[in-house]
Amino acid sequence: MSNMGKNKLPIVNRKNIIVLFLLLVVYGVVQILQSNGILDRFYTMTLILACIYIILAVSQNLITGFTGQLAIGHAGFMAIGAYMSAFIVVKMNGPVVGGLIFGALVAAFAGVLIGIPTLRLRGDYLAIATLGLGEIVRIIFLNWDYLGGATGFQVPKSMNWTWAFWLMVLSVVVINNFINSSHGRACISIRENEIAAEAMGINTTKYKVIAFALGAMFAGLAGGIYANYMFFIQPGTFSFLKSFEILVMVVLGGLGSITGSILGAVIMTVASALLADIPELRMVIIAVLLIIIMIFRPNGILGTKEFNLSFLNPKKKGEENGIT
Amino acid sequence: MALLKVENLSKSFSGLKAVSNLDLEIMEGELVGLIGPNGAGKTTVFNLLTGVYVPTEGTISFKGKRIDGSPLYKVSHLGIARTFQNIRLFGDLPVIDNVKIAYHQHVSYNTLSGILRLPNYYRGEAEIYQKAYDLLKIFDLHEKEDELAKNLPYGQQRRLEIARALATKPSLLLLDEPAAGMNPQETQNLMELIRWIREEFALTILLIEHDMSLVMGVCERIYVLDYGMVIAHGNPDEIKSNPRVIEAYLGEEAG
Repeated sequence: MSNMGKNKLPIVNRKNIIVLFLLLVVYGVVQILQSNGILDRFYTMTLILACIYIILAVSQNLITGFTGQLAIGHAGFMAIGAYMSAFIVVKMNGPVVGGLIFGALVAAFAGVLIGIPTLRLRGDYLAIATLGLGEIVRIIFLNWDYLGGATGFQVPKSMNWTWAFWLMVLSVVVINNFINSSHGRACISIRENEIAAEAMGINTTKYKVIAFALGAMFAGLAGGIYANYMFFIQPGTFSFLKSFEILVMVVLGGLGSITGSILGAVIMTVASALLADIPELRMVIIAVLLIIIMIFRPNGILGTKEFNLSFLNPKKKGEENGIT
Repeated sequence: MALLKVENLSKSFSGLKAVSNLDLEIMEGELVGLIGPNGAGKTTVFNLLTGVYVPTEGTISFKGKRIDGSPLYKVSHLGIARTFQNIRLFGDLPVIDNVKIAYHQHVSYNTLSGILRLPNYYRGEAEIYQKAYDLLKIFDLHEKEDELAKNLPYGQQRRLEIARALATKPSLLLLDEPAAGMNPQETQNLMELIRWIREEFALTILLIEHDMSLVMGVCERIYVLDYGMVIAHGNPDEIKSNPRVIEAYLGEEAG
């Protein structure tokens, strides 16, 4: 970053402008196709679901791929965000933005609460503990009649492509910026070697909890978007199978690669949608696809690498290769 | 006043006494060696000093402050840095990031400015990069800043561990077998490097080593450990002629 000293606004560089331009093109094309009726409701839903899954996969990757904590409770945080935002919107007649923020914050808080005791556990023990806690969250909502219980909860549809797309961009930018800061490097060092990280003065418990809470917050946001888009939420949606689905996207794209998670989320969502006509074979085909990818690319499609546009900015000493 | 004062330190692992009744005193600016046969408890002493283990008995004071029982990262914040006998680098990260991470405790911006990319993020990152690069230069690793740490040759990995430890800005540096696996020429260079960093960074150094030429060459004082107990203590010449040390290393004389 030595070159940044002279530049007044280092965030405005060629790479970021081009990324922004590409985002606007993607957003604009979908928006136009949608308003002309070329994209029907099914495709629009697929695209919005892709945005939601990108948020979920990238935030799961922050916890598992970057910080190295195998936590499988993401659907639980998603459920908290979904129900809490619905609670604000439906029961409190609050604004939908307020609902989304409230849902994300409650999920982050739950992340801290769950993280402090469970993050002492390592590897598979942590996986089992978080899996259990995710299910506890689901069962709480299942029995909470005020929020619909087992019959489900109706939420007015207020999310659309614009909301989902730009909230997805916001989430990815925040997580990417975190990863490329000193605090993010502290999280990565935990994955690399926990004892060495601690010996270098990193409070590993603190950074694990920060990563966990940040990941939970965005899972909550994704849940909020989901609830306010889908008309209807029920606890069954947020079972541990959902957590596995998210984890599969992350592993497929590459643990430790943000662009990999985006790719993984898009591939899985699109594959599910394309195979929607043959439901009996859908899971079989997806499983075979996964096996093939894992045989040929055991570290995921992108491994820990990022697909980036750094060739647009000739490499300068010490510059990070983030995507934004 | 002693920089590091260890009194009556003991550590047992379910009945096995790895370290017993250890007394150790290191003055500011000293270069002290800790030697002993395999399994004598040297690395356990390091692990006790840095907070990996909690002592069963005894006290450790650093700069007049009790540090026994403090977690590792707090010990690091107080100014004790270490390297590891079995190298523990952040292998899948670039060389420069290894050093940057160790600099984290001195970082000048907070999480929020990092996420929002406020101007102090860019200033802080530029500063971290410069400091890390300068340190790598001292250890002649600056040309490999972008290489993954795990791909460095062994000797360079050892040097990177020292560079990383120095990035925490310690006042006491603990080196656990810094010359392990090095050839005589590399060991010679390392000796000079150790002397030089002590002057340059105003450090106090405690090192564990098997290579006697290195220990005798650089250390001003030596503690000899056997079965978790200090069996001898003195300057290199005294240690060389101490019969208990010879016995511990070579076995008892016949007859």
